[in-house]
Amino acid sequence: MTTDSMIAARRADGRPPPGRFASKTGGSGLKLATACMAALVLLLAAAPFFADRGVIQILFSAMTMLALAQFWNLLAGYAGLVSVGQQGFVGLGGYFLFAAATFAGIDPLFAVPLAGLFAALVALPSAWLIFRLQGAYFAIGTWVVAEVFRLIAAQIKPLGGGTGASLSKAVADQAALTQAIVSATGMRAPAARDVAAYWLALVLVILATALVYGLLRSRRGLALTAIRDDQSAASSLGVDPFRLKLMVYILCAFGAGMVGALIYLQKARISPDAAFSVLDWTAYILFIVIIGGVATVEGPFVGVLVFFILQEQLSDFGAAYLILLGAVAIAVMVFFPKGLWGSLAERFDLHVFPVRRRLMWTMDPGRMAEPAQARTESNETENDR
Amino acid sequence: MIGFVNIVIDGIMIGALYAIFASGLSLIFGVMRLVNLAHGDLIVVAAYLILIVAQSLGLSIFVALALVAPMMFVIGCALQTILLNRVLGDDILPPLLVTFGLSIILQNGALSLFSADSRRLPAFGLENASLPLGPFPVGVLPLMTLGAAVLVIFLLNRLLYATAIGRAFRAVSDDSTTAQLMGVSNDRIFGVAMGLALALCAVAALFLGARANFDPTIGPGRLILAYEAVIIGGLGSLWGTLAGGIILGLAQVAGASINPEWQLLAGHLAFLAMLVVRPRGLFPQLRDAS
Repeated sequence: MTTDSMIAARRADGRPPPGRFASKTGGSGLKLATACMAALVLLLAAAPFFADRGVIQILFSAMTMLALAQFWNLLAGYAGLVSVGQQGFVGLGGYFLFAAATFAGIDPLFAVPLAGLFAALVALPSAWLIFRLQGAYFAIGTWVVAEVFRLIAAQIKPLGGGTGASLSKAVADQAALTQAIVSATGMRAPAARDVAAYWLALVLVILATALVYGLLRSRRGLALTAIRDDQSAASSLGVDPFRLKLMVYILCAFGAGMVGALIYLQKARISPDAAFSVLDWTAYILFIVIIGGVATVEGPFVGVLVFFILQEQLSDFGAAYLILLGAVAIAVMVFFPKGLWGSLAERFDLHVFPVRRRLMWTMDPGRMAEPAQARTESNETENDR
Repeated sequence: MIGFVNIVIDGIMIGALYAIFASGLSLIFGVMRLVNLAHGDLIVVAAYLILIVAQSLGLSIFVALALVAPMMFVIGCALQTILLNRVLGDDILPPLLVTFGLSIILQNGALSLFSADSRRLPAFGLENASLPLGPFPVGVLPLMTLGAAVLVIFLLNRLLYATAIGRAFRAVSDDSTTAQLMGVSNDRIFGVAMGLALALCAVAALFLGARANFDPTIGPGRLILAYEAVIIGGLGSLWGTLAGGIILGLAQVAGASINPEWQLLAGHLAFLAMLVVRPRGLFPQLRDAS
């Protein structure tokens, strides 16, 4: 029973109905949203059968950006760990994939989750170093760590040093999934590799969103929100901020590492400056999340849409496009700090991925006597509305 | 032995330049706890301004600095009052993201206005002149950089501890609400502090541009170095920032003497090592950022 129906029930007999409050995550139109989402996922999964290769490549790039945006949003928006160094883990993932596929002969698609694990493993000592820095200086620390990764990658001569390396066709196309697509559809190997990478990217986006959504709805998510709102109060209730933040940091490194591996499997060419680029893998991601809405699960979807529309329309303008993108991000931050989705969601009470806990009134047949406490609570709820 | 002394001298000279990059950051972090990710790009913009003023008016770059520094001061005040004051608050995310956006705008603005070619400020042969310091030749320009760094930090300290505006800076830094009750306008103080920081960017730009080539993309690299110097030195300590810059410079020159490709890496590793040994820096004076 929602508070609305509870208030209606009280009007009838002048007294609140028996029952109690429970906190639930939920929202209006959830079933419709779920159905739309399922249809969209099916459509995207089927896209390689009717869309041409260029469209698949753009969709692939959008999927990878979206997955990165989800992880960055979890990191900065929910855990308060503002990082400008996620490109470090993207690059590590890409380099790991090149090394694993070239030197160890591992199936490149299987190397993608391994790259995530590798990034998570490296994130552990990095966290040990930079968690000593507070607030905005943490951001600088993440950037320094990413720079260290870039400079070290440039020293790895077997992978081309500073100029980078290419994945040989034989290695890049040896993935079992790519071969399966080739034999099933008769596609050429490079196109099949795009399709395989695209499907994997779609899976990654779904996993990333499900992971972030599931985490935020769990006990840990509640603890995370509590830390963000008031760290000392949360600690006094038994939440361990350090452990929770460390967990999120490592999880996000894992995600960025997998996405990075996938991106460079599809590109089949890697160099330190590209793989560890702060513009491509952090600035764009930041803008996507800001424009969509920081600390909303839906925001990155909206942000990616706006980002790719702007890019399709304006990318020919080069520097002017980036200037415009920066200006849009600043304007959104100043005038709509909650982003496009955040502002809309607040205005119209929209929740496709409800993570906010709401007070719900549930009938309690065992307690027919009117509890005094419930009445004051219900009054407060009414006033808050 | 001679190699070692050379490393120390070069390291100190390079570190002095990093300290000038960092002095403005140290000031604005101290006054308003703002981390400005566009600082490096603002230094690059100042370098282009010095170049334009010097070339179009036929002036020496040192005279051009006297014109550009006030310009940067005004730009800083405007930037702070129009934009940054709106996003400063308890949440660190908005100012960080706004300055990051600003950094992208400045980089690409400079790229479209001045092209990607690298430039250099004409220093009339000063860049190659050197003085003998005992058996060791020391460049005149690096010596001037060191002198400027010491002077800048000395003057900033005098400003903070011996003037009315400095007292207001410290009051706002300690407790901005109480300072406001005492009649200090936070927004105005923040504006002046950012103006000063950008004027210091112009000083940094002079020595950056006269000693080495610059192009629109080098801003973020300078930014990282500057923040490393601030963090090593300890938040709020200006002399600490100078020490931090010199530690970075020494590490870089020592790394480069083993393998030229290790210069930047050695500096970053020294920074991370300092985090392990002294996470709050050498001479911390402020409470950490919230």
